[in-house]
Amino acid sequence: MIDIDDTDRAILRALQKDGGLNAKEVGEAIGLSQPATWRRIKRLEEAKVIRGRSVLLDRSKLGFEVVVYLGVKLATRGRVSLEDFERAVAAIPEVQLVQHVLGVYDYRLKVVARDLADFERILRRRIMTLPGVGDVESNVLLSDEKLTSVPI
Amino acid sequence: MQIDATDRRLLRLLQDDASQSVSELAAKAGMSTAPCWRRLEKLEAAGIIIGRKVDIDYSALGFTVLVFLRITLDKTHANAMDEFVREARNIPEVETIQTLLGRVDIRMDVRARDLTHYQEIYRTRILRLPHMLDLEALMLVSEVKNTESLPL
Repeated sequence: MIDIDDTDRAILRALQKDGGLNAKEVGEAIGLSQPATWRRIKRLEEAKVIRGRSVLLDRSKLGFEVVVYLGVKLATRGRVSLEDFERAVAAIPEVQLVQHVLGVYDYRLKVVARDLADFERILRRRIMTLPGVGDVESNVLLSDEKLTSVPI
Repeated sequence: MQIDATDRRLLRLLQDDASQSVSELAAKAGMSTAPCWRRLEKLEAAGIIIGRKVDIDYSALGFTVLVFLRITLDKTHANAMDEFVREARNIPEVETIQTLLGRVDIRMDVRARDLTHYQEIYRTRILRLPHMLDLEALMLVSEVKNTESLPL
C-alpha cells in the first residue's frame, strides 16, 4: 500500500466531486501545477487507489425506469459453490451490483430494468434460475435522497 | 432527444472505458473525430451523459468497513420519512440514503474506518435518528461486481 499525503487527499476530494476533471483542472482547484498533479494522479492510478473512471448516464432518459435491490439467500449452503453463483449472477447484464454480505442475506444485488414487467422477466428467467438461489426479497427504489462519499 | 444506433454504440463504448479520448472512441465506432465529438456534446447537453465518476479504493484510504442499513420507519407519524431523511443527511459517514418500496422503507450505506469507528457512528448518530421501528444491518464481505453500466 502506498503512502497518501494531504495533497493526494485533496486531489481525490476534487475527483470525488467531479470525476470528469483533467489534471489541469484538478491542479487549479487545489493550487498545484499541472505536471505535479498529473504525476500524483498517475501514481494513485498505478497503486490502484484510483481504480478507474466510469461514465454516468441518466438511466431514465435511456428507458430504464426501474431499479430494484434484491436480498438473496442461498438455498443449500455448502452444496452450492459460491463461485458458481457469483459467476452466473455477475454475467447478467441487468445486474449492476453483486455484493457478498454478512447478515440476514448472503448477497445484495442491484438490478436495472425498463419497467416492472421487464423486472419480472429478469427475476423469473435470470435470477430465480441461478444455481443455489433460495429466498429473494425485492425492494423497489423510489428515490435517491443522498448520494455522497465519505469525507477523506 | 431521440437516440439512434450510433449514439447507443458510443454510449456502450464509453461504458466499457470512460477514460478513452474522443479520437480513440471515434476510431472504435468507425467514424471520424468531429461527428463523434458533436454526438457526445449533444448527449451531454441532453443530460443523457451526466458526467464521470472516479472509482476510489477506500480501503487504501483507511476505510475498511461498509455497512448497509435497512430501516423500517414508524409510518403512523405523518412526517416520519422527511424528518428521518433530514437528520440522516447530516451524518457524513452515511454515503447513500434511498427510499424504497418493499419490506423496508429506507436503505443507507455507512462507510467507516473499522468496526470500532462504525460502532461509534452507530451508537452516537444512527440510533438517535427519529421514527425508527426496526433496523437491520448487512456488512460487506466482498464486492463481486460493481458497475454503472446499463444494458444498452
